[in-house]
Amino acid sequence: MNALKVILDGVIKRNPTFVLILGMCPTLGTTSSALTGLSMGLATLFVLICSNAAISAIKNIVPDKVRIPVFIVVIASFVTILQMAMQAWVPALYAALGIFIPLIVVNCILLGRAEAFASKNSVWLSVCDGIGCGVGFTLALTVIGAVRELLGTGAIFGMQLYNADFGALIFVLAPGAFIVLGFLIALFNRFKTTE
Amino acid sequence: MLTYLAIIFSAILVNNIVFAQFLGICPFIGVSKNLDSAFGMSMAVTFVMAVATAVTWLLQHYLLLPLGLEYIQTIAFILVIAVLVQMLEIIIRKSAPGLYAALGVYLPLITTNCAVLGVAIIVAQKNFDFLYSVMYAIATALGFGLAMMLFAGIRTQLELADVPRSMRGVPIALVTAGILAMAFMGFAGM
Repeated sequence: MNALKVILDGVIKRNPTFVLILGMCPTLGTTSSALTGLSMGLATLFVLICSNAAISAIKNIVPDKVRIPVFIVVIASFVTILQMAMQAWVPALYAALGIFIPLIVVNCILLGRAEAFASKNSVWLSVCDGIGCGVGFTLALTVIGAVRELLGTGAIFGMQLYNADFGALIFVLAPGAFIVLGFLIALFNRFKTTE
Repeated sequence: MLTYLAIIFSAILVNNIVFAQFLGICPFIGVSKNLDSAFGMSMAVTFVMAVATAVTWLLQHYLLLPLGLEYIQTIAFILVIAVLVQMLEIIIRKSAPGLYAALGVYLPLITTNCAVLGVAIIVAQKNFDFLYSVMYAIATALGFGLAMMLFAGIRTQLELADVPRSMRGVPIALVTAGILAMAFMGFAGM
């Protein structure tokens, strides 16, 4: 197993959003624009790399019976660090993402990777796995955000591509999140089955 | 009294936790394949959410705030919820085997249900008083239950429908949820 394969697997074959369908709450809740989707993805990427590395480093000294609570505390600590850093440096973004930043703690992707990968592999490979899954998640969120922003307001990353009056506002609102994600997963399935 | 009615109504219909706030989506998609499991999950969530919100409220107002420890809120809350779910599981298994048989399998799943932690954090952020917080938690959980039951009912019908191959399973469920969310938007005008 080399590092590159671990990273690519996380991005495509085990894409957390489109294939494993994990971490749905932030996926739906923070993708009203490409920028918020990208930021949420990067925030999760940061916590995922740090927690994977830390959990892999302590895997031999943690008793098996209490490993899940220990993993949760490790993840929660990195989330707290992220919260403080974001409050200090990017308060506007922190406010926009709101409750979904502390809720990274209960994102199933993090505990899932800790349990399935970091607790069994070396620190270096765990970091690669964190990068792969995190980048896969970030890409997915950015794509969903971009599609919703484009259909809803006619812009991507705030760049106006056509008149906003022709946008269907429903895509920026709650129902659009479900519908866009549903069709994007279907599209992903379609390419997977024709391969 | 009227304000309490307003919270209940708003938390169940207008700001529905699934359709408007995007919390608790994993169990909403995962455990809604039939009505029985949807009902069991909603009851378990209602129970845990009410108790967890009460406990985290006390923790926030009698420990974290007086000691100036608000910054460890996330760690403290998730630990308390994890311990609480474990304790509830043990207590229910010993004292109410009937209830345990109905809710038992759903309890461990609830620790990572973001709706429980989400409501605890929302209540702390908005500075609700104790009674208001617990009412809000119960009403939110009932809203979750309503969404689950409606969705489970629709999904049992969807099983019979002829859906294109790549849309089967989660994609069609998500699109259906989108249409349901659209219906719930109608309450926002009230």
